[in-house]
Formats: sequence, structure tokens, C-alpha cells
Amino acid sequence: MSKSFTVTIQRQDDPHSPKYSESFEIPYEPGLNMTTVLQRIAATPVTSDNKSSTPVAYDSCCLEEICGACTMVINGRVRQACSALIDNVLEESAGAIDVKPMSKFPVVRDLVVNRKAMFESLKRVKAWVKVDGYHDLGSGPRVSPHEQEDAYPLSKCMTCGCCVEACPQFNDKSPFIGPAAVSQAILFNANPTGKIDRDERLEVLAGPGGIADCGNSQNCVKVCPKDIPLTDSIAKAGRDTTLYKFRQFFGR
Amino acid sequence: MGKQNVVVVGGGLAGLAATMRLAEAGIHVDLISMVPVKRSHSVCAQGGINSVNEYTRQQGDNEWLHFDDTVYGGDFLQHQPPVKEMCDWAPRVIDLLDRLGVTFNRTSEGLRDQRRFGGTMYKRTAFAGATTGQQLIYALDEQVRRWEADGLVNKYEYWEFLGPIVDDQGQCRGVVAQDMFSMEMRSFAADAVVLATGGCGLVFGRSTMSMICTGGAAARAFRAGANYGNGEFIQVHPTAIPGTDKLRLMSESARGEGGRVWVPKKPQDSRDPMSIPASERYYFLEERYPKYGNLVPRDIATREIFDVCVNMNLSVEPGRLCVYLDVTELPPDTQKKLDGILEIYEKFQGDNPRKVPMKIFPAVHYSMGGLWADYERNDKTGGMVMGSLRNQLSNVPGMYIIGEADYQYHGGNRLGANSLLSCIFSGLFVAPTIENQLASLKDGSAADAPSSLFEGAVKEHKQKTDDLVGNQGDENPYHIHQELGDSMTRNVTVVRRNKDIEETLSKIAELNARYKNVSLSDKGNWTNQNLSFTRALGDMLLMAKVIAQGALQRDECRGVHYKPDFQITAPDADNPKELRKQATTWCQSFKKKNDQWLKSTIAKYKPGGSGDVEFSYEDVDTSLIPPRPRTYGLKGAEIIEEVWREMLAAADNDKKAKVGA
Ligand SMILES: Cc1cc2nc3c(=O)[nH]c(=O)nc-3n(C[C@H](O)[C@H](O)[C@H](O)COP(=O)(O)OP(=O)(O)OC[C@H]3O[C@@H](n4cnc5c(N)ncnc54)[C@H](O)[C@@H]3O)c2cc1C
Ligand code: SF4
Ligand code: SF4
Ligand code: FES
Repeated sequence: MSKSFTVTIQRQDDPHSPKYSESFEIPYEPGLNMTTVLQRIAATPVTSDNKSSTPVAYDSCCLEEICGACTMVINGRVRQACSALIDNVLEESAGAIDVKPMSKFPVVRDLVVNRKAMFESLKRVKAWVKVDGYHDLGSGPRVSPHEQEDAYPLSKCMTCGCCVEACPQFNDKSPFIGPAAVSQAILFNANPTGKIDRDERLEVLAGPGGIADCGNSQNCVKVCPKDIPLTDSIAKAGRDTTLYKFRQFFGR
Repeated sequence: MGKQNVVVVGGGLAGLAATMRLAEAGIHVDLISMVPVKRSHSVCAQGGINSVNEYTRQQGDNEWLHFDDTVYGGDFLQHQPPVKEMCDWAPRVIDLLDRLGVTFNRTSEGLRDQRRFGGTMYKRTAFAGATTGQQLIYALDEQVRRWEADGLVNKYEYWEFLGPIVDDQGQCRGVVAQDMFSMEMRSFAADAVVLATGGCGLVFGRSTMSMICTGGAAARAFRAGANYGNGEFIQVHPTAIPGTDKLRLMSESARGEGGRVWVPKKPQDSRDPMSIPASERYYFLEERYPKYGNLVPRDIATREIFDVCVNMNLSVEPGRLCVYLDVTELPPDTQKKLDGILEIYEKFQGDNPRKVPMKIFPAVHYSMGGLWADYERNDKTGGMVMGSLRNQLSNVPGMYIIGEADYQYHGGNRLGANSLLSCIFSGLFVAPTIENQLASLKDGSAADAPSSLFEGAVKEHKQKTDDLVGNQGDENPYHIHQELGDSMTRNVTVVRRNKDIEETLSKIAELNARYKNVSLSDKGNWTNQNLSFTRALGDMLLMAKVIAQGALQRDECRGVHYKPDFQITAPDADNPKELRKQATTWCQSFKKKNDQWLKSTIAKYKPGGSGDVEFSYEDVDTSLIPPRPRTYGLKGAEIIEEVWREMLAAADNDKKAKVGA
């Protein structure tokens, strides 16, 4: 039995070339995921109409949905290719699969996009704990299990870009830092040592491209593969910046 | 004098630890990585990181015991001073990570929670949910971002390291790297180059490792003259979930928290596993190893699973080898601690492991071997001399090796949760060495070296690349990779027989010949992943040779390297006198084997000769803890240990008598 299915991929040779689409016929196998499909295409880059093509460029690394590299838009839904099981994807779409790169970032080639903007946002919100140094200063502060349970989910953000892709307010014309960076600012503001730089982060969140740019559409939280409570972070960021502005106004 | 500069290649835990520590000292770092550093393979680590801690101390644990477990677990194949130094530092390394904001799990009092991993009796392992590696690398990534914002670090992400630049004096002066988007190639001058490029699991096709773990970078350093140590020591993890693109790890913490491994006593019993009564289940690890139970060291668990499936034909499924790993009986609280890894199973297999036992099988997981690195022994402490110019230095001056890419810390077998430690430790510890090295440079910085050196190196790599792209053959690189992986996995993993390894070596020779006719399906000059993969394939073929040839030559059993044809027969007599006699013979054979084989394998690249690789053997510094038989669950373990102690004492007396005379 030679069951197969069709994958149609939006391609682009480089940032300045036009987009085009190519279809590939993939023999069905149980247990396939989207990255395996892309590997199969790389091994035999021949399109459905029998033209030899080039391997489709795509990002990947861990293959277990923990590094965030392989985000792409599969059947209209942004997600990781490595955890997109073909059986499930085929169920959604009756036998055909459509794959595109994320639309909010510049395309490098095919499905590879440049997510530098997200990392730059992390710099802007100072997403780190400013310790005195790396010499031995004893153990860190005590943290209650409750605080750990609040922090851990936020700390699982793999900068994959799903939330940003879904966010109507994020695009290359807006300065909005995006939900992931907002949530990281909240994470570090809650850290016992990180909170020392709280006001610097709130200053960024209160400024241009900050929390005021969020239209509260809640798209982000629905697509986050790590179930990060982004809207909680956003709400908290809203409250904290308001308080911060108050404090500024009254000179603390 | 030009500005001094350090190039760190690789931004996993090791590379990031080194980078942040160097930047803190005011040293400028160019950090080069194929993937954004935050996406490095280290994110995959699930289980945790080891150190002695207040909790285990109360039970009598100390740094020495951590050290002892590590060298015993490694079957004494690692030089002891670096291991001792690492274990001594471990509690402080964890403290630092804690201060950096790692979200370690907590006890109700707010202290770090600990769990137990394989190969020890103590709960030494700190963890952050089931994504410890991710949480650790994020903490270090954040620190490096901080230095990047301060201008002390320049990141070159999506840049691939192609090789070191070595001058006429044999000094490493920088690297050549290629932008994986624009394909631009350029040189980076450096007064010190640090390779932190991780392991080489992809040599075996599919493994638990990430797509970047080809060993390509190590092979490129090897070609440039760096020696490679203990290549044949490849750890196979007992519990992975077989997948079409990757064998996904099921962390040891599943067993650490009480998960049990079993198979139905009836071969391929088709009943629902939950309905099979306990009396009809074979909990083979618990039965065979009452002391450690399901937490025997990895090599042993792997071999037993193999044995049960292959030799006893008790695999759960008829068409595919697997056994049950069962966490269904664990209380919900405990299951919750494992959420992260259980979700992986659910996500990729579609079954809920809280309700049905998982199906797992061993997979290639970790490279104990790696590029050779030096150390300076501290005679007072038995550890290393901090800041010594020799620490982590390869045999190519100016080039340092850290993390999974080095061969230093794990000998014949790595204990769970010791690798995150060795990566971060070696990264932090290499920094004072490099500081001292930069301070000692008399003849200016690498930036002052003649530009012809750098231009020549770039030109050479351009030529090689052009040749590869221009190749007019009909061989498909992906197919060659698959054949390589299949042969390596079949013959050079869990059970090794010389006849089989020889078969793989001829396969490698065949594939090497075919590689010369490899043709790229993409000959373009923009984001050419086909080129990157095919180049790495050439490197994997070389690494495969180092691994397989090393395995062939080592005629013994040690750590993960298991050759049944060279196993010493375990004592089994019922008569105590006879048993003692057998144990004595066993110990004599053991001593003989150690005299011959307690040595690191050192591979050297010798192009043109017979097979490109030359092997020699290096004595191991076992001055702190004398080697003893590794007898986990071995029949006659007690009597062997007793006889061995007597033999050691006798040898000691002999020595004293001689000194006295
Ligand atoms: C699934 C899994 C789970 C694990 N769990 C644990 C655990 O619980 N506890 C534990 O102690 N250990 C664990 N380990 C082992 C541990 O994760 C690794 O040994 C460790 O993370 C390796 O870190 P590293 O810094 O040496 O290299 P990596 O994290 O592998 O990073 C390598 C870096 O080198 C770069 N690189 C490679 N080649 C090139 C090149 N040619 N050019 C440029 N850059 C290059 C990559 O981009 C990357 O940044 C686990 C391993 C696996 C596979
Ligand atoms: S809630 Fe805000 S950040 Fe989230 S998608 Fe909507 S606009 Fe974007
Ligand atoms: S918040 Fe979620 S969706 Fe957004 S980048 Fe992080 S992990 Fe991805
Ligand atoms: S490859 Fe890492 S998330 Fe998919």
C-alpha cells in the first residue's frame, strides 16, 4: 500500500526574491512529524510534478519542542514543526498540509525567519538578574514553593515567536516589544534579586513600545506552546506600570 | 598592540559559562554558534545537576564521596584531579546558579529540593521542574546578554565554525567561520580559542541529541592537529522513546522518582498492561540488582534491557524492541514533579503515561570521549591548580576544550546529572586560565599576526567548500548518513564484538569512498543547509572511524564499552573454598586487564597513512582513589571485593617493606 499526502510549502529563495509555492508528495508512515517530513524532502527534493528542486530551508535543533527553533505556520496555525504530528495535522486538513514561514519576521529563506527583534526586546527589558559577580557568595535567597511555581512557567519561554506571530499589535512598523518580553520583565521583577532593577524595567514597559501598545486581544496566550500565562503577565505589567507612573508623579 | 580577544565556539552551558566569566574579567569575547545560543542542545537536559548539599551531608555525604561515585561510575578511566576539583566546586556552582535566578524546585522551607539519580545512594540532584537544562542555559544566556548589552560580548549566531587557524609555530591564532545565512566566510583573530561544541550523537544517525550534535566542530579541530581521547566511550541511555526523526529521552528522573521497569513474563503478552497482575510481570532490574533496583547506572540498565529484549525475547511488542517504564503507580504529587517529561511522551506518542506504562528502548545519548584536554595537578589538594595555563588546554597551544566536547570528566561512563555540572564547571574554570594566558602574552595579540595567515586560512576553506559544491557525483548525503547511523548503531553501541565492528569499519571505508562522489542538491550561495549538512557528514565519517577503531582495539570491558568476548567470568561456585579461588582468579585477571587497559585512548589525525587515524594510549592518574572492580550486581560481588581488598593491602605492605629496606 502506498498511501501518501501532499505538503505545500511557501518558499522564498532569499529576502529579496519573490515568494512561490511548491508541493511535495510524501509517503505516509505512522509516527511522522513535520520535521521528519522536511528531512525527507531534503533527502529527495523532487516536487509533486516531478521537478527537481532544492531542500526546503528550515530551522530546527532539539526536535522535542524545547529549543523554540522550528516555529512555522502549519495549516494556518503557528506552532513547532517538531511536535506537529502528521497524523493530527492530516486530520485537521483532510489529507493536504500547507506550510508557511512566520509572517512577523523577515524571511531569510523558505521557512527560516530572523527573530533577532525578540532577542533585542529581551535586552531592552533587562531580562537578567544583575548579580554582584560570579565569585562565591553563598546560596541564593530562599524562595517559597509558591513563588517557584509562579516563576517556573514564565521561565519556560523559549523565544519561539508563536505569541508574537498571533499578536495583532506586533509588526515591523510598531515598536511594540511583544508579549514574550513583557512576560520576561514580570518574571525578573518578581525575582528576589532581580527586583532591584524593577523600576528600570517598568520604565521600558511604560514607555514607547511598552504595555500601552497591547490591545488586549488575548491571541498570544492561546498559541503559546508552553502554556505561559501571558495575559496574567500583561495584566500585571499594566497594574505595575500604572503604580510606577503614580510613584513617579508624586516623586515616590 | 592590538586588542586582545577570545573566541568561544559554542553557546551551550559550557560556552556560555566561559563567556560570562571572561566578560566579567573585562575580556572581550566573540561567541560563535550555529544556532542562537539560547537554542543550544543543553536545553534538552531534563533531570538535574549534581552536587553535595546540606541535605546529603546530614546523611554522611561529602565531596569525596561524590568524587568517588563519579570515578567508580566511570570505571576509573578519568584522570582524578579534574574530577576531584569539579566535585569540590559543585556546591558553589549550584549556589551561583541559584543566585542567577534558576527556578530550582523548592522544599516547603524554601530550600532547593533534591532528587536521587543513578549510580549513587544520595539525593544529590538539584532540578528545575523537568527542564533543568533549559532553566540553566536560560540563566547563563541572560547573563551573557547582559554582557552583550555592555559591549563585552559579540554574538555571531547562525555562524558555523569551519576550523582553527594554526600558525607555523603550531599556535592557535583564531578561527574561520561562515555565516549560515549569507554564506560569507571570514576569519576571527583570537588570543585564545575555546571549543564548547558539544557531543557527536548524530554519528549514530538518530540519538537523543539535537541536530547540531554532529561532532563536526571536534572533527575540524582534530584535522587541525588536536588529539581526541576515549572516542569509543559513547553512552547509551536506557530509556528513550523511539521516533522517526529522533529518539527522545525519557529522563532518568522517571526512575529517580520511583518509576519501575518491567516486561510481561509471557513474551509479547497482548493484554492491556494495566491488567497484567504483578505476579506475571518481570521487574528485571529490581530482581537482578536488589541494592540499586531501577536506579542502576546507565550502562547496566541499558545492557539488561537489551538482554531481556534480544536474548530472552521478552520485548513488549513483536515487531519493535521495547520494555515498559511504569510511573502509573506513583502518587499524583510525584507524577506532577515529572510533568515536563511525561508531557513529552504524551505529546510525541499520543498516550498518557500517567495511565498506561510508557514503551521505551535504549538510545545513544552522550559522548564521554572528546577532544583531549590537559590539567595541572595541585599536589596539596589532589585537585587542579586554579588558573594554571594548562587547564582544559588541548595539545594545540591557544585552543581550549570544555563541556561535552572534552574527554576529561566522565571516563568510561557518565553518571546522570554530572554532565551539566562538568559543562558549567569547565566553562567557569577555564576563565582564570585564559586570563593568565592573555596576561602572559609577550608578543602582542593575535590581531597583530600577519594578515596573510588569516587570509590564507579563509582561502583554504573557500577552496574546500567550492570543491564540495562543485562535486559532480550521484551519491546522496542523507542516504550515506542513514547507512552510517544504522551500521554504527547496530555494531558499535551496547554489545560490541570485534567481527561486527570490523564490518562497520569496512562500511565506513565504503561510505568514505562514496562520499567523494557526493553531490549537493543545492549549489546556491544563500542559506545553504545542504552544504552545511554534507560538510558535517564528512566529519561524522571521520568521527565514526575514531569511535569504531578505538572500540575495536580495546579488548576489554570497561564502563559502557562492553565486549562479551573479553568479559572476565564471574565466580559462581557454591563451595566457599572454590568460590574464593574463583574470585582470586577473577581479581588477577582484573589486575592484568587494568595493567593493560586502564589507559585513555588517544587518537591522532595522520592523513595519508593507513586509515588517517593513529592511536596511542595514555596512563590515567588514579593517584587519589585506587581502581577497584566495578561490581554493581555482579555475581560474587562480595567475595570479589573482599579478595581485591586483600590484594591491595598485600601490595601496600610490599611497597612499605621495600621502602623500609
Ligand atoms: C535529552 C538529554 C537530556 C540530558 N539530561 C541531562 C541531565 O539531566 N543532567 C546532566 O547533567 N546532563 C544531561 N544531559 C547531557 C547534557 O545536556 C549535555 O552534555 C550538555 O548540555 C552539553 O553542553 P555543552 O555546553 O557541552 O554543549 P551543547 O549544549 O551541545 O552546545 C553546543 C554548542 O556548540 C555549537 N556548535 C556546535 N558545532 C558548531 C560549529 N561547527 N560551529 C559553531 N557552533 C557550533 C552549538 O550551536 C551549541 O551552541 C542530557 C543530554 C540529552 C541529550
Ligand atoms: S493580548 Fe496584547 S500582546 Fe497578547 S496578542 Fe493581544 S495585543 Fe498582543
Ligand atoms: S511566550 Fe510562549 S509563544 Fe511566546 S515566545 Fe515564549 S514560549 Fe513562545
Ligand atoms: S526543534 Fe526545538 S522546538 Fe522544534
